[in-house]
Amino acid sequence: MDIRSQISMIFHLDKCIGCHTCSIACKNIWTDRKGVEYQWWNNVETKPGTGYPSKWEDQDIYKGGWEKSGSSIKLKGAGKVKGLGNIFHNPHMPVIDDYYEPFTYKYLDLIESPAGDDQPTARPVSLITGKPIDIKSGPNWDDDLSGTPDYARKDPNLVNLSPAEQEAMFQLEKMAFFYLPRICNHCLNPGCVASCPSGALYKRGEDGIVLVNQDVCRGWRMCVTACPYKKTYYNWHTGKSEKCILCFPRIEAGLAPACMHSCVGRIRYLGVVLYDADRIEEVASSDDKDLVQNHLDLILDPHDPAIIKAAKENGIPDSTIRSAQASPTYKFVKDWGLALPLHAEFRTLPMLFYVPPLLPVMASLGKSDPAQLDKMGPVVKQWNDDWLYDTSTDDIFGTLDNARFPIEYMASLFSAGDTEMVKARIQKLMAVRIHRRHVTVGDISAEKSAEALKQAGLTAKMADDIYYLTSLAKFDDRFVIPASHREQAIEMMEFTGDKKGSAGFGFKEGTAQRGL
Amino acid sequence: MGSLDYFLFVAFPYIAIAVFLVGTIYRYNQKGYKVTSLSAQFLENRRGFWGTVPFHWGILMVALGHLVAFLFPKLVLSWNSDPARLIMHEGLGFTFAVAVFVGLAALIIRRLTNERLQQVTTRMDLFIEFFLLLQVVLGCWIALGYRWGSSWFAADLSPYLWSLVKLNPQTDAVIAMPLVIKSHIVCAFSILFVFPFTRLVHLLVAPLHYIMRPYQVVIWYWDRKKIRDAGTPWSEARPRNN
Repeated sequence: MDIRSQISMIFHLDKCIGCHTCSIACKNIWTDRKGVEYQWWNNVETKPGTGYPSKWEDQDIYKGGWEKSGSSIKLKGAGKVKGLGNIFHNPHMPVIDDYYEPFTYKYLDLIESPAGDDQPTARPVSLITGKPIDIKSGPNWDDDLSGTPDYARKDPNLVNLSPAEQEAMFQLEKMAFFYLPRICNHCLNPGCVASCPSGALYKRGEDGIVLVNQDVCRGWRMCVTACPYKKTYYNWHTGKSEKCILCFPRIEAGLAPACMHSCVGRIRYLGVVLYDADRIEEVASSDDKDLVQNHLDLILDPHDPAIIKAAKENGIPDSTIRSAQASPTYKFVKDWGLALPLHAEFRTLPMLFYVPPLLPVMASLGKSDPAQLDKMGPVVKQWNDDWLYDTSTDDIFGTLDNARFPIEYMASLFSAGDTEMVKARIQKLMAVRIHRRHVTVGDISAEKSAEALKQAGLTAKMADDIYYLTSLAKFDDRFVIPASHREQAIEMMEFTGDKKGSAGFGFKEGTAQRGL
Repeated sequence: MGSLDYFLFVAFPYIAIAVFLVGTIYRYNQKGYKVTSLSAQFLENRRGFWGTVPFHWGILMVALGHLVAFLFPKLVLSWNSDPARLIMHEGLGFTFAVAVFVGLAALIIRRLTNERLQQVTTRMDLFIEFFLLLQVVLGCWIALGYRWGSSWFAADLSPYLWSLVKLNPQTDAVIAMPLVIKSHIVCAFSILFVFPFTRLVHLLVAPLHYIMRPYQVVIWYWDRKKIRDAGTPWSEARPRNN
């Protein structure tokens, strides 16, 4: 057993309002530079939709992640043989047009144009060539455009749905969508690290953050292919890869990452979990049906005395173990069983977990208009009262099976196709609501509330804890950041006096001039 | 031997090698961040494929051919003693040379005509591309006009190169060569001369160590067990410059 700690995140999709504040916070700090204008280390996608870069989930196109190979796994589009064989030209790499060509506007023309008959305009210009362009696409181009033929209907997750179900999803009266914020998953079995021929990408032992060493990176671009989430990006100006660094300078100082700190909906949680590094390959090689469960089982109980002892023997500091015990991630993933990894079938063992959204699944039209009823077909639940949530039937979770938003779609995103797993999570979310409605409004009977909790596998105490961490949690409840102990690390690496008066970290060398 | 010949075939090769060695070491140490070939595949993919793949595989094979003839001239001569094998050898080499020419020409045209690529192109990029093109044209010309190059390279030029290595330059064979071949040799040393200042440096950091490496890389900032052990002597955990 080789116990390590990993910084791990929860995104509660039911709370995401799709405001993109996270993206802007990240962009302003890290990617507001030449060569990375198109990069969004944090982005928010509308689902169903094609995402960013377009159709990133379709690994028939991009060949990202791992695939089963006998009893083990191998990289799908990179690795020692494929990677070195394709080193001169990477056939599966997304190019700038798969993201979008970055642009700005010539605002000065509005002010400085000579007087004339026409209103001056600010023409869009490419941030690559500096020449005027016709904008074809931009950041969040598909925002809120669910249902449109160009985006929602090309969502790679729809392949598991029957044509009738797809049609039902996209009827105007029943249109539903939700937001999927994405950052680097800081995986336990990262494809990007494994694919780097130079060895520039690495996982930090202390907290599991995956980083690119810019001095070692030679721009072979294999990581861009190998990351199935397309969260490593190529900087076309420096010729190096860059990715989300989980704001490690902030984490080391005890601050939440910028995207999480700025989150308006407070959907983001961060904490450490303990896991057994010896089991990574075994878990990543699991059979399809066991993969998600094994992934969740990899996370160890930080309250178990045997685990604590083994962690201490492995050099994990007491403060980190205490953080793991208070970790919101552990609560959501393990204690309550509410969160699932995104696309576990890529086998990178992502360490960002999502609480699946309840609203698009359960929300329904209020009073049915008889004229609309015929259009809706059998997929949608119809009833004649004006409850927003159907808590009135005897069969408490009856609406799940004929939900407005097919469960198969959620399962394709969060549980490698296992609908029961997603259903269990959504039942829990719903049970918490029924319980709280009983407590606060009182129009739901105690028996019914207790029955809902029992069916979902929760206790009243757990439901109240979930309610607290979901709705009332303070900053320190949402972000339990372990001490980095840089005071120990830095003593071992360097004498801090040497750094006085210097630039600090990084390098001041210009990156623009290459060759002569 | 004229003083020009002496400069071109004795002094210049040594100067080129010295500049190559000092330049690459200096560049790697001082500007290691820039030891890459700025890939433009991200900005232009489709045309790049038809340039970069034939160019790279071609130049790899052609360079390997020159290297083998330089290192093992006797082996090459005995291989070439059979006419069928000679023609196969020359034919294969020429095919790769043509691949280099076609690929390089495609890359140059792509670089000159694509607006996005012009943003990541330096004057040195264009210089070295045209210079390599000149070298390839000279090489093809020699292969067609002065047969059979693989044999006389092994017989005449390999000894000359070895004499340079042994610090006892023997230039008689080289000076007697036709002008085209002389130009090819001078161009070759010129490429060596400008090598440290161009994007060619990326071939020195070819990631062959990837083959031996385990797939996953985990880096610890400090020895987590040692640093928490009060018994660890201060000499092991002491600040480096204190």
